[in-house]
Amino acid sequence: MVNRISVSLFAAFLLLVSVAFGQETTTVVQDAASQQNTETGAVNEFFRSDSKIYVAVGILVIIFSCITLYLVRLDRKISRLEKEK
Amino acid sequence: MAKNWWKILSVLLLLYVIIGGFSVPVPVIGNNQQAARSIFFHLPMWMAMYTLLTISVVNSIWYLATNDLRRDVRASSAASVGVLFGVMGFLTGMLWATYTWGGTIVNDPKQMTTAIALAIYMAYLVLRMSFTDIDKRARVSAIYNVFAFALLIPLTYIIPRTVDSLHPGSASSPGFSDKDTAGTIKMVLWPAFLGFTLLGIWIYTLRNRYKRLALKNILHG
Repeated sequence: MVNRISVSLFAAFLLLVSVAFGQETTTVVQDAASQQNTETGAVNEFFRSDSKIYVAVGILVIIFSCITLYLVRLDRKISRLEKEK
Repeated sequence: MAKNWWKILSVLLLLYVIIGGFSVPVPVIGNNQQAARSIFFHLPMWMAMYTLLTISVVNSIWYLATNDLRRDVRASSAASVGVLFGVMGFLTGMLWATYTWGGTIVNDPKQMTTAIALAIYMAYLVLRMSFTDIDKRARVSAIYNVFAFALLIPLTYIIPRTVDSLHPGSASSPGFSDKDTAGTIKMVLWPAFLGFTLLGIWIYTLRNRYKRLALKNILHG
């Protein structure tokens, strides 16, 4: 009954959230707006190129891959159910 | 086919949203630049999530009133797809924040409270797995679901509106409203709400049908 993948995803999310929040104690919310992401590197350069249009592209990619992954898992579960009959 | 017109509508709307989302002119403001187009995909995630979690809580209350296990199956399917859309909204928000706010997860009240709300709903799905007795599972998780929904709205909507935040729709920043949104954005955003919500409902019906098949012997019919 217990789905190991779901439980580990839940644990990973809790870990991510608890580790990521509250890191910079000096950062006031308003300051963050003036703080540009100035890190260099291929990925950062790519997302900032062409007026940051690739941020929107990346967001669409995230949505598409998440829906696909969910549907593939659902498909596998239905196939397993069909085999049992 | 006549019954499935809304699925076709959903796909057509989403095609329009993807094409329109990258081609209509949007106002270029501050360091948001063209990343502003993300609104067409990020915001509908939350609309779909709210719709699915509302379906979930309605079915949970319905289960408590009727003890019909099919209602419980509906509630769990809707919550599962609702969490999927919530996670997608959170991930897309993280990417957007990285290149406009200057950090993937910043100390932003809306991001924090949304993470809490998502964790509450993920706990609902994990809670369901911990029961072996199907009636007990349905009853306890239905009650939990009512409390989870009662927290969802204050956490993701009311509290972020009362405090300062970089996210639109807080005490110090303009919300997404009819008057201060560009016409071209509205032209794509409204169809996006409907398209993604219908897609979410479609996935929810698929999951519900699968769950009903899996529990066929118990549900008798």
